Amino acid sequence: MSGVAPLELVDVVREYGGGRSLFGRRLPAHRAVDGVSLTLQQGATLGIVGESGCGKSTLARMIVGLLPPTAGHILIDNRPIDQFDRLSLHRKVQMVFQDPLGSLNPRKTVRQVLEIPLRSLRGMHAPARRDRVQELMHLVSLRAEFIDRYPHEFSGGQCQRIGIARALAAEPEIIVLDEPVSALDVSVQAQVLRLLQDLQARLGVAYLFISHDLAVVEAIADTVAVMQAGRIVERGGAAQIFLAPQHAYTRELIGAIPGLSAMPA
Amino acid sequence: MSGAQGIAVPLAPTPASRPSSAGVWRRFMRSGMAVAGAGLLLVVVALVLAAPFLPLSDPDRTDILHRMARPLTTGHLLGTDELGRDLLSRVIWGTRLSLLVGVVAATLSSLIGSALGVVAAYYGRAVDTLVMRGVDMLMAFPYLLLALAIVAALGPSLGHAMLAIIIVNVPFFARAVRGATVSLRQSDFIAAARLMGQSNLRIIATELLPNVLPVVVVTASTSVGWMILETAGLSFLGLGAQPPVADLGGMLGSARNLINVAPHVAAVPGLAILLIAIGVNLVGDGVRDALDPRLRAGGLARISAVTEVAPDRPMPAQPPSDALLSVRSLRTEFRSGGQVWRAVNDVSFEVRAGEAVGLVGESGSGKTVTALSIAGLVASPPGRIAGGSIRFKGQELIGAPLAALQDIRGNRVAYMFQDPLTTLNPLLTIGQQISETVRRHQGLGPRAAMAQAVTLLEQVGITDPAQRARSFPHELSGGQRQRVGAAIALANSPDLIVADEPTTALDVTTQARVLALMNEQRHRLGAALVFISHDMGVIAELCDRVHVMYAGSIVESGRVADVLSRPAHPYTIRLLACVPRPGQARREVEPIPGLPPATNALPPGCAFAPRCDLAIAACSAGAIPMVAVGQEHAARCVRTRDALQEAAA
Repeated sequence: MSGVAPLELVDVVREYGGGRSLFGRRLPAHRAVDGVSLTLQQGATLGIVGESGCGKSTLARMIVGLLPPTAGHILIDNRPIDQFDRLSLHRKVQMVFQDPLGSLNPRKTVRQVLEIPLRSLRGMHAPARRDRVQELMHLVSLRAEFIDRYPHEFSGGQCQRIGIARALAAEPEIIVLDEPVSALDVSVQAQVLRLLQDLQARLGVAYLFISHDLAVVEAIADTVAVMQAGRIVERGGAAQIFLAPQHAYTRELIGAIPGLSAMPA
Repeated sequence: MSGAQGIAVPLAPTPASRPSSAGVWRRFMRSGMAVAGAGLLLVVVALVLAAPFLPLSDPDRTDILHRMARPLTTGHLLGTDELGRDLLSRVIWGTRLSLLVGVVAATLSSLIGSALGVVAAYYGRAVDTLVMRGVDMLMAFPYLLLALAIVAALGPSLGHAMLAIIIVNVPFFARAVRGATVSLRQSDFIAAARLMGQSNLRIIATELLPNVLPVVVVTASTSVGWMILETAGLSFLGLGAQPPVADLGGMLGSARNLINVAPHVAAVPGLAILLIAIGVNLVGDGVRDALDPRLRAGGLARISAVTEVAPDRPMPAQPPSDALLSVRSLRTEFRSGGQVWRAVNDVSFEVRAGEAVGLVGESGSGKTVTALSIAGLVASPPGRIAGGSIRFKGQELIGAPLAALQDIRGNRVAYMFQDPLTTLNPLLTIGQQISETVRRHQGLGPRAAMAQAVTLLEQVGITDPAQRARSFPHELSGGQRQRVGAAIALANSPDLIVADEPTTALDVTTQARVLALMNEQRHRLGAALVFISHDMGVIAELCDRVHVMYAGSIVESGRVADVLSRPAHPYTIRLLACVPRPGQARREVEPIPGLPPATNALPPGCAFAPRCDLAIAACSAGAIPMVAVGQEHAARCVRTRDALQEAAA
């Protein structure tokens, strides 16, 4: 982990609404993200935890360039993201979505899904693409014979592996994972978390891992930022956040982890 | 109720059909109605194409002496019209013209309309406003009047009539396609396509269009019949096909005055229109279903109000106990495509009054089907109860008449489901939905029931309940909706609440609040609880006893504290290791390798053996009984002793 931070957020703000009504009256703006500053180190995992509506998904969409920030700066490799053209930004930062099935086009096979980034982002030709698709399937532990199947033929965990493979196909430095395991059973969740850990160790990709579940974030992140109502209310090392929470909201998140008292360590 | 959808179609990695063009064809051919429609259309099309070669008399030759001849007259199979023209010849030539006009008009207006709709929806904002307000202006004119105005301006002819029909129909396609596209545009796969570097044009062409195509195809094909009628209307007014040219509308129009004297003159073109419309609609539906890879069965079956029960089902050997709920040797299976999926395979458990029992397992382990079987809520077809006994307060529920089950459902046995947004009716206020169950089971009047609904909302911690009772489900947050789900479940003070993953779709913080609420309300009413979850942590929060399910069987049972501290089945041990435990930062999570078996091909013996590190030959030799490992604690494993040691290590 060198000193270069591939992703840096400085006072990022995103407002919804606002503007003026038909008669020129100012409409109230809602600040979904309210002055967030964060740093993600190379090859590391930064966890963001908070309940739904706290602005964490808005934050994710701004980082990957799907939404422009209202104010503040998002720097990738020390360069503001609005200076990137679309394709080179998507080669740097990719995203994995919450709904494993909903993030895949129901009418495209796995092969078709995985070939798109190889062609448009990496400029690969057909024979190279064919080999790389096989490699990607192998990387996320999906059997090669599944390659011509449609998303609805897979389980949730398998769909999420396809989503991860698609993000990896762009060979990004950073992957933003927006609630990647929330829709999965604990047993499948464990498989996906393990896969993410293995991929990071092998490929050195950095993760911004977003979840409402502190236990999950704690299991995978090096550092954790707790987000409430658009602001970061606490940040620190993963173990430190859990063992010595400073903010009342962090304590509430810890209290909400199911079965914590009943489950043996 | 996403759980029920999940079980109705046993997806999993099946020896899958590959939806290729051959697959589309196969699915189309599987639907009998679509094939019949296609056959009908094929005959009609063949007939009109062959019209020049058939030994038909000239459709325009008049013969006043033989006017209005009845059908089956010599030389005139279908009789003649008011000018003595041969009806058979006229109906075939007329169908030829009408069909051509209908198909061309439907094709062109659907192409133009869908292009406008997709572009408006995808680009949104100014483009959307411009396109859709233009479309609105077209729609603002009375429909037939606009067509009349267009034809009046251009002059009467069949071509102009067709152009008018195309123009007035564009808005309908634009609206339908825009509606379908708007919801797709928000979906994650479109966002993902952008992140993958796809251009806007490519996203429209390869991501959006294939998904709205079924809407277009069905709307277009079903509107062919309608467009034939519209052209007929214009022809009738003298603005379409000019006499003596025959088209179905013109024939129908001119025969209208003879309906009392010679009904067959109107009936012949009328029947032709009817047959074409039926054929076109059947084919349209068939094509839609065939194009959709998700509708593999080719159609939707009618679901009965109670789960089908096998008439020759085996009865359990053990007598039922006097517990509140006693499930003995329950077997529930799904039959589809010649396969039998044994979703619940010999499950026995009981729930005492006031007790909370957890069912824990992965998706597909049969926990939801077990819960739905209790009140006969498993969808039939394809589900059916193949054996066993379920006694609730001593009454046998399997095979009980529907009326008896309906008195119990929502009354003595109440259900809570995973996503209340799909189980609540979007068109009724939550107050109406809560009072509905109160009225059904307590016989209260509408006012008293609504008052009770408000009280219930207050009990489940909804602030400003009187106001909230008038809200619709979509106006509430996920946590509030599940509180409404709880209010409905509690409405008739049930003896048993069956909660199927009620907090899985919620944030952990909201989940903690809903669990606390359920615990509190359950104790207030003294109701028993069957709580289903994939998360042992959640079960530990509120259950007294737990049954661990795997591949349709219970593999371990016991008091929650015992199962957590001394798990005796290797599966339970591995499942517990999957739950992330905070405080040991970056501890490697230990997933269970592999996948659960598909329940249509269960291995002999222990279904977990292929994934188990402790498996030996005996595991796969035959059925394995439950082995007691403590008081009220048992595991279905031949190696429980070793498993217990491993868990302790």
